[in-house]
Amino acid sequence: MAEKKIKILVGKPGLDGHDVGAKVVVRALMDAGFEVVYTGLRKTPSEIAQQALEEDVDVIGLSSLAGSHILFCKKLKGLIDQYGLKEKLWLIGGCVPKPDHAELKKIGLDGIFPNGSKLSDIVDFINENAAKKEDA
Amino acid sequence: MDGSSGDAKKVFNESGIEIQPVYGPEDVEESGGIEFIGEPGEYPFTRGIHSEMYRKRPWTMRQYAGFGNPVDTNKRFKFLIETGNTGLNVAFDLPTQTGLDTDNVLAEGEVGRVGMAIDSMRDMEIAFDGIDLEKITVSLTINGSAAILIAMYLAMAEKRGYDIKKLRGTAQNDILKEFIGRGTWIFPVDASVKLVGDTIEYCAEHAPKYSPVSVCGYHIRESGCNPAEEMAYAFCIAKAYAHEVMKRGLDVDEFAGRLSYNINSFGNIFEQVAKYRAGRGLWAKIVKEDLKAKDPKSMWLRMIAGGGGGGLTYEQPELNIVRGAYYALISALAGTQTMALCSFDEAYTIPTEYSARISLRTMQMLTHEMGLCETVDPMAGSYYMETLTNQMRTKMEELMAEVDAEGGIVEMVRDGRVQAKVSKQAYDMQLNIDSGEFPKVGVNCFRIDEEEEREVEFHSYNTKDAELQNESLKKIRASRDQGAVDKCLAQLKADAKDGKNVMPALVEAVKVYATVGEMTDTMVEIYGRYEEPIRF
Repeated sequence: MAEKKIKILVGKPGLDGHDVGAKVVVRALMDAGFEVVYTGLRKTPSEIAQQALEEDVDVIGLSSLAGSHILFCKKLKGLIDQYGLKEKLWLIGGCVPKPDHAELKKIGLDGIFPNGSKLSDIVDFINENAAKKEDA
Repeated sequence: MDGSSGDAKKVFNESGIEIQPVYGPEDVEESGGIEFIGEPGEYPFTRGIHSEMYRKRPWTMRQYAGFGNPVDTNKRFKFLIETGNTGLNVAFDLPTQTGLDTDNVLAEGEVGRVGMAIDSMRDMEIAFDGIDLEKITVSLTINGSAAILIAMYLAMAEKRGYDIKKLRGTAQNDILKEFIGRGTWIFPVDASVKLVGDTIEYCAEHAPKYSPVSVCGYHIRESGCNPAEEMAYAFCIAKAYAHEVMKRGLDVDEFAGRLSYNINSFGNIFEQVAKYRAGRGLWAKIVKEDLKAKDPKSMWLRMIAGGGGGGLTYEQPELNIVRGAYYALISALAGTQTMALCSFDEAYTIPTEYSARISLRTMQMLTHEMGLCETVDPMAGSYYMETLTNQMRTKMEELMAEVDAEGGIVEMVRDGRVQAKVSKQAYDMQLNIDSGEFPKVGVNCFRIDEEEEREVEFHSYNTKDAELQNESLKKIRASRDQGAVDKCLAQLKADAKDGKNVMPALVEAVKVYATVGEMTDTMVEIYGRYEEPIRF
C-alpha cells in the first residue's frame, strides 16, 4: 500500500515579519518528502485554524520571532479544539525562550524548536510523532 | 602571485571570490589597480566620504531602542543619552509598523512589545519630550507606515519651535527591502514605491537636511544574501527610488545627498571591509555616471553599520559580545558615519539596559582605547584589501547587470523572484551550518553543555503599557476636533486618488491628531493592500 505523504502547514502568526526561518523550514520539510503549505505572513489564529482544516494537514507548525507566541497559541488552542484538530501534531519554532516552554507544553504544543535547532531534528520529530498522534 | 600549493583545497569568501594564501602588488594590478581607490574625501570616495573622517568627528553612536508606551520610551531615550549615545534609533511596535491603531483587534498582544506604540502625534510629543532635536539626531525605524510617521515627526518638531528646514534626522523608509525581508509592508509594490517617492520629494522641498530614506542592504543580507548581493540589491533599490523621484522632474542633486544606507557587518572581516569600500566607490560611480549628478555630496554613500543579527547565536549568548565587538571593528575600519550594534541577547529578546550599555561601551572602547579614530581608512594599501575591494566592486556590478537583465528589482520583488532566491540561499546556508561545513563557534563546533548555555536576562513585556496606551488613544479620540480630522482624511483620500503627493495632506492630518490606523485605512481604500506571492 502506498503510504500517504505527511502534510504540514507552516504558519506565520501575528504581525511578526521575520520569515527567513519559516521559509528555511518549509524547504527542509519539502526536501524531506513532506507535503508543505506555507501561509505567508500576518495570519490570525482563525486563519491558521481554517487553513489547517481546509488543507486537511497532519501537522501544524508555527514560526514566531516577535514575542507574542503564548497569547497566540492560547487563542489557537481554542480553535483547534473547536475544529476537531486536536489529533494534529502541533509545533512551534523561532524566538521561543526556555522559560516559556512549560507553558506552551501545557497549552498543547507537542514540539518546540527554538532558533538554533537543527533542521534534521524537526524532520525526525515529525516522522516519529505525526502518525503516532493521529492514531492515538 | 601564484598562491597554489599542490592539492590544497581552494578557499572562497561568501561572495564567491577565491582567496589566495598570499597577495602581492601584481594582484592589485590585475584586479584593476589603485585608480578607483583615490583619496579620502574625493571621488570615487572608496577611502571615505570625508578627508579627515574620525579625526574630525567620531561616528555617531545610535543604539536601537523603544518599547512599551511613549512614556517608557522617553525614559529609555534619556538613559541612552545620559550614558553617551549621540543619536537615537527608534524602534516601533508592530501595530505601528503595519499601520494599525492600538485598539485594533489584530494588535492584541503586540502593542509596545518590540518597540514603542504610536497612535497619534500626541505620542510623538511625549516620546521626545525634553530631548533636544538639534543636538540628538533621531532615526525612525519605520517602513510601511513611514510617510505617516515622517509627517508626525516633522509636525511635532515644528510645533516645538524647530525650523524644519534645518532639522536633521533619518527615516528607514525602504519599502522594497520589506518585501524581501522584515515584512512590514502594507500597500502593493507600486503604491509603496510611489509613497517613498512622495517622502523624498516632500523633504527635498520642506526639510532638505532630513534623510527620508535609509536603503537597507542589512535585512536582505539577514534574509540570506551574500555580501556582494547585499550591496548590489541595495543599489538597485536606491536607483528605483531615484528614478521614481526623477520622473517627477526633480534633479538628482536635489535629493541624492540625503539618501543614506544601512549595511550589515557580520561575516568575514576582510570581505566585509572590502565590501564597504567597494560599495562606496561603486555608489559614487552610479550616481555620477548613471544618474548624472554634479554635486560630489550626492555621490556620498553615507551609512549606518555595525549590526549583524544574523551572525549572532542563540548558543553561548555571551560570545555575541565578542562578535559584536568584531562587527564594530569592521564598521569602524570601513568608515561608517553612524554605528549601532546588535546586543548580545538579540536571539532572545529586545535589549535590556544592561545589554544596550555593553554595546555602547564596545563602541566607546574603539573610539577611546583602541585608536580607531586616529587615521583615515587604515586598511588601505594592503595588497589583499585593495585586490579584494576591486574584486568585490566588479562582483557587485555583475550582479546589478543580472538584475537589470531580469527586468529590474521592482519587477523581481513584485513576482517574488528575489524573495525565492534569497530564501533558497538562507536554506543552503542553514544546511551548511547544520553539517558543519560552515563553522559557527558554539553552534556546530566548540559547543558546551546545554544546561550551562542559556542564561539571559529578559526584557519583560508589560501588558499594563498596552492598557495605558489604549486609554490614551481613547482620550485623544474624545478630545480632538473630529470635524477637522474628517476633513483632513477626506483630503488625503482625494490626493491619493488623484495620484498627488500625499505628504502635505498627511502633515495636516497628523496635526489634528488623526491616528496611524485612520490614515493607513484611508490610503488602503485607494491603493489596496499587498498580497504576498508565495513562491519557493
